Amino acid sequence: MKLDVDALRNDFPILQQRVYGKPLIYLDNAATTQKPREVIQAITNFYEQLNSNVHRGNHYLSAKATDTMEQARNDIASFIHAPNPEEIIFTHGTTESINLVAYGFAKSLLQPGDEIIISALEHHSNLVPWQQVCLQKGAHLKVIPLDDTGQIRFDAFQNLISDRTRLIALAHVSNVLGTILPIEEVIKIAHQNGIPVLIDGAQAVQHLPVDVSQLDCDFYAFSGHKIYGPMGIGILYAKSSWLQKLPPFQFGGEMIDIVSFEKTIFSDIPFKFEAGTPNVEGVIGLAAALKYLNRIGLDNIFDYETELFHYALNVLSQINGVHIVGNAQKRCSVISFLIDHIHPYDSGTLLDQFGIAVRSGNHCAQPLMNVLDVPGTVRASLSFYNTREEIDALASAIEKVKNFFL
Amino acid sequence: MQSIQEKADQIVKELNQFDDWLDKYQYIIDKGKELPTAGLEIKIDENLISGCQSKVWLTSEYRDGRVYFKGESDALITRGLVSMVIQVYSGCTPDEILSFEPKFIEQAGLSQHLSPTRNNGLLSMIKQIKLYALAWKIRNNPSTLKK
Repeated sequence: MKLDVDALRNDFPILQQRVYGKPLIYLDNAATTQKPREVIQAITNFYEQLNSNVHRGNHYLSAKATDTMEQARNDIASFIHAPNPEEIIFTHGTTESINLVAYGFAKSLLQPGDEIIISALEHHSNLVPWQQVCLQKGAHLKVIPLDDTGQIRFDAFQNLISDRTRLIALAHVSNVLGTILPIEEVIKIAHQNGIPVLIDGAQAVQHLPVDVSQLDCDFYAFSGHKIYGPMGIGILYAKSSWLQKLPPFQFGGEMIDIVSFEKTIFSDIPFKFEAGTPNVEGVIGLAAALKYLNRIGLDNIFDYETELFHYALNVLSQINGVHIVGNAQKRCSVISFLIDHIHPYDSGTLLDQFGIAVRSGNHCAQPLMNVLDVPGTVRASLSFYNTREEIDALASAIEKVKNFFL
Repeated sequence: MQSIQEKADQIVKELNQFDDWLDKYQYIIDKGKELPTAGLEIKIDENLISGCQSKVWLTSEYRDGRVYFKGESDALITRGLVSMVIQVYSGCTPDEILSFEPKFIEQAGLSQHLSPTRNNGLLSMIKQIKLYALAWKIRNNPSTLKK
């Protein structure tokens, strides 16, 4: 089945608007995706019909809200093929998901001299937590270097593994280069050495079919708002054996079983990691987004986006003076580029005026910018609601930007 | 000599004469070309104002009771903004700089056209200018600290 993109675009109210009098061309999907009407409606419905606190009251509304939220947990678990819904933890976003694991490791598993491996292309959110934990515990952060294409160097990765490696934390897809990392192979090698692996899936779940059971990763983190759901809801998938092992991240209500003034017995998983009233509207909105995607068909989305991605690569690389940053063999959805002699800030500012939303800057990956030796990049990131016409409009706006600065 | 308010008003007037945004950006970029080429010597980390999108370097000198600024940026539009900000604040006394509210940015339609983070870049530039002014004021009149 081919996607009827024109029809799908009508599901997204925000895409109908004009900016600076021009039709909005939204190519900043790696920062956040737009929300289909169903998601917005699900949130409205929650407040109009269900609003009450979950897991507490024994009244009708509370029971119904709890059921709806726990059903959403099931739906989210099935979406990424997690074996048990209790392995799905609700957080604020990818950043909090990663911090939850980093905190747990620092608290009870890391010793001075231990090592954590990340890669040179990580977003700050999968870098700074590990760096800080290492500083705190006297552990060492090891960084897998990149090859010329923007892919991690697998030989270097294997050489970094030692008997002190306690965790490997890697992006599934780079938010700057679009590189798809060979996480299957990494996980296999890591497990042969008894090392757990955390995957930052913030740029992957919305584009690639993700099966955490098949991947066999120990942790998988992603954000609701980058997969057409609301902001402020994130997911941490973790194998239950790890969730049993890790200490709670925050303390308070909802996560306790028995409390006296002297001590507390914590709830079982997943609740021991969900202190306080959860973001129920976020959970419900995210489940609505996943339902929407399932209806379109993840394979259909993948096929369409792959085709559009290659079309965009082709169109942009044919523009004189445009250089695409990174050319890994396996890539998706994100294209970073530079225009000769024009600072990314200048190109980004003008493209905005043409109604084109792209991102310019370091994309929260300053160390990667240093490795690439660029002042930043302009980044166009795609969704299934983008069209070839929009890519053509980007190309023609780039020509205008070039003329302006010449 | 123009007052700080008059200089700001002039920028506002000049920027608001354009109907076409391309002309406006062309004007901003041309402003950057008026910036005395401070050259490489000021492009050192010590003078760098941290901003997400483009780099800005800023230094100051104090002569005869007035503060003079030099600035640089690696992006052309930002260089124009640096130039305009310097045009407003350079040559004023520390007290004038410290008490002047930078409403001209909004009045010149720059906050409308520049996103919040970029606008923050402009605002952090002005914050740095005020910090320089304060530093010169204290250095030349340490008694202000005793108040």
